[in-house]
Amino acid sequence: MTETGEHMATEMQEVKFYQTGTFTVGNRLLAEDERSVQANMQRTNSLNSGHRACQGCGEALGARYAIDAAMRATGNQLIAVIATGCLEVFTTPYPESSWQIPSIHSLFGNAAAVASGVAAALRVTGNSATRVVAQGGDGGTTDIGFGCLSGMFERNDDVLYICYDNEAYMNTGVQRSSATPPAARTATTMAVGKEPGNVFGTGKNMPLIAMAHNIPYVATASVANLRDLEFKVTKAMGIHGARYIQIHVPCPLGWGSLPADTIKLARLAVESGLFPLFEAEHGELSGSTKIRSKVPVEDYLRPQKRFAHLFGKEPDTARLARIQAAADRNIARFNLLPQ
Amino acid sequence: MLKQIEGSRAVAEAVALCRPQVICAYPITPQTHIVEGVGEMVKDGTLTNCEFINVESEFAALSVAIGASAAGARTYTATSSQGLLFMAEAVYNAAGLGLPIVMTIGNRAIGAPINIWNDHSDSMSMRDAGWIQLFAETNQEALDLHIQAFRLAEALSCPVMVCMDGFILTHAYDRVDIPMQAQVDGYLPPYEPRQILDPADPVSIGAMVGPEAFTEVRYMAHHKQLRALTLIPQLSAAFERQFGRASGGLLRSYRTEGAETIVVALGSVIGTVQEVIDEMREAGTRIGAVSICSFRPFPLAALRDALQNAARVVVLEKCLAVGLGGIVSDGVRKALSGIQLKGYTVIAGLGGRAITRASLLQLFTDATEDELEQVTFLDLNAEVVNHELERESAARRSGPTAEAILRRLGTVASHIG
Amino acid sequence: MFQVRIHGRGGQGVVSGAEMLSVAAFLEGRYAQAFPSFGSERMGAPVMAFCRIDDREIRLREPVMEPDALIIQDPTLLHQVDLFNGFGPRGYILLNSTRAFEALGLTEFLRKLRFERVCTLPATEIALKHVGRAVPNVPLLAGFAAISGQLRLASVVAAIRDKFPAALAEKNVAAAEEAYAMVKKIRETADAQAN
Repeated sequence: MTETGEHMATEMQEVKFYQTGTFTVGNRLLAEDERSVQANMQRTNSLNSGHRACQGCGEALGARYAIDAAMRATGNQLIAVIATGCLEVFTTPYPESSWQIPSIHSLFGNAAAVASGVAAALRVTGNSATRVVAQGGDGGTTDIGFGCLSGMFERNDDVLYICYDNEAYMNTGVQRSSATPPAARTATTMAVGKEPGNVFGTGKNMPLIAMAHNIPYVATASVANLRDLEFKVTKAMGIHGARYIQIHVPCPLGWGSLPADTIKLARLAVESGLFPLFEAEHGELSGSTKIRSKVPVEDYLRPQKRFAHLFGKEPDTARLARIQAAADRNIARFNLLPQ
Repeated sequence: MLKQIEGSRAVAEAVALCRPQVICAYPITPQTHIVEGVGEMVKDGTLTNCEFINVESEFAALSVAIGASAAGARTYTATSSQGLLFMAEAVYNAAGLGLPIVMTIGNRAIGAPINIWNDHSDSMSMRDAGWIQLFAETNQEALDLHIQAFRLAEALSCPVMVCMDGFILTHAYDRVDIPMQAQVDGYLPPYEPRQILDPADPVSIGAMVGPEAFTEVRYMAHHKQLRALTLIPQLSAAFERQFGRASGGLLRSYRTEGAETIVVALGSVIGTVQEVIDEMREAGTRIGAVSICSFRPFPLAALRDALQNAARVVVLEKCLAVGLGGIVSDGVRKALSGIQLKGYTVIAGLGGRAITRASLLQLFTDATEDELEQVTFLDLNAEVVNHELERESAARRSGPTAEAILRRLGTVASHIG
Repeated sequence: MFQVRIHGRGGQGVVSGAEMLSVAAFLEGRYAQAFPSFGSERMGAPVMAFCRIDDREIRLREPVMEPDALIIQDPTLLHQVDLFNGFGPRGYILLNSTRAFEALGLTEFLRKLRFERVCTLPATEIALKHVGRAVPNVPLLAGFAAISGQLRLASVVAAIRDKFPAALAEKNVAAAEEAYAMVKKIRETADAQAN
């Protein structure tokens, strides 16, 4: 209203962001097609409730959003392939299954290959409407499933592969994978000895490796930004060929964090630069999400018991500095800070 | 149509006639010519409505097959030896999930020591995975069995391995009769899956099964193979009606009427065995042979029928249960449970060593005179073995065994047999 | 049953020679079996291939231990490999060489054989002349047909056309025809001498 009380009829109402620290917007303020899938009463609930995931499980959250988004994008014509792992175990506790869509679990390391086979069968039977999504944890993807995944990329099979990255072999009791970050405590990189926790290796950046295969679409996503996750999955389903999305999913049990902190930790990982959010097409970086307010890596590491040995009376400043340096390298490499 | 072609080519043409929809394979000697054959047919358009996928490992090959089969496609792959082992996890998985995949095994020895030549150790390593295992005697039977295999697999929802001797069959040029497409279509109907990944009717395949139900699920798999004991002869009979020749079945007897001694074997060696049987029969010896075609399910009852009136049985096998003796012998012994007769195990042809008529004649003669050990390694070079044993006891750092033996044997290029 | 054993080195077409032999026999309505004996596949290594021909189904699967005919594609194998293992006095030998048996140190050996059933043939030279490649298998195949009478030249020619693409096939046919004529002449001369 103006001073004289007249309506400024031609002015567009600006959407204001009310919650601090996020861009989360109430769905009712957006156009229908911009609303979250989860807000829709007609959503498929492809991963129905009743599954056995831990309280605060990042993977359960990420998978639900991702698969429902893929279902909406494909008009509910989706087949899911699942690798052995947490997702498989907590969604199919015999004799129940929480999957409301056709799904197959074969082995630990072959989800990408099985998905390639499903895609081939759909092609040869002339079914161009049904699409395929393969899913695995970081262990099943970056380690034991690496060969099959690379093969799928190289053939450009029409599969979206989603990796739920909780940074260790959680299902079997929190053992280290090639995705486990430096200094993290796991059952096979205990917080003892001269260099407690995981070593500082060369790392295995699966999204970059996917980009090196020049596949049509690669993206990273996080449960801290579920709208962004849905957007990326939707975009991926609009593309044909091999696609890869890695979703960062905190695991309260494995990380030693509070179940209520899952989304917060995911956000801190993004805001510190340790988990960059970006997209790439045919091997070239095509966009990244800017960090809103950068935080030091310590803010992210402190709430997780798996990094507890870095803190305390004599903080491991040297290794903390190395972790910070890695975060800063990501920020530079993926252009994460506004200029 | 009669053709003079390589065994591998014959199999490729038979597989193509079965209207496969997805073929995925990884190369390994001696299966390569089969896969190259179907690959060429897909690429040049001879074989239509078929996806041919080049995969990055055998593990990937069978995994792709699992996905394709679960999504409703008629699926085929092939491997041998090390490749079969590399896909071992998937082999068990395919059987456990009840997917009717057909796979050719070009039988080859398993290393170490690495060996590209024929024996049955590869198929034997997977004998309890739940696949049906059929062994071909000739290239004609190899191609025929693939046609039967697809029908058998799909009828039972159980994967089938068709085993053919590497090099001896795969790389041999033989006269074969390649059926017409109409004949195969008349025998093999389109694939109608028992389970399928279909958004219109969702199912979850591959769920975890706990202690409360695992036994029952496994019993179902066992029961399926027992049903196969009936179905295999039926499909073989139907094959004979459709194509006009005998092929497949559980086992085949050769001149066992009134035989005192019966030789049991699998695969192509049976041809040479039959020649020796003829020679010995001519000289008045009452000897016959049984070739087992269906090794899994193992034809206990049929074998018992075939062998029970003999005085002695010689099991000639191209595989070894290390430390124990024979693998096939175990099954034969089980079939003869309660029946008293003399049983001999002969391990022969390991790693491609030729099984000669002359050796078999001597062997069978010794058998008829009961001058055989319980377990015999045919044509074993005892001198070389003893020398190696002496060498090993003389020094701790005796070096790799295989290399030492090769050095002792000298140049092998000049050996014929 | 007639058994042929072919000796040569990798790259000389030993295996495809045996295969063509089997196809030629097939085209005459007979049963034939051809298979290789593999060492590691590398050029120049000694290789063997076998071919059996019969009027009934061939069941035997052992290597050819007692060849009725030997085709020796490379004379350098003569004192390296036991080429004549299992070879009887009534067998046929076709040896790829520009030199005579005597010059190759085989005089003694020859005395035990039927001389009209053995001959040398400059197969490599014939191949080079017509086909431009030093692969002697086709001329030797034709030579075998001539000396043994087991196959008609027409069958050998048909097998060649079955194996090779058109242009290459005709060159090989020409080589085969020359080799056949050459060996036929040698055989006729030898037969005349024998009588």
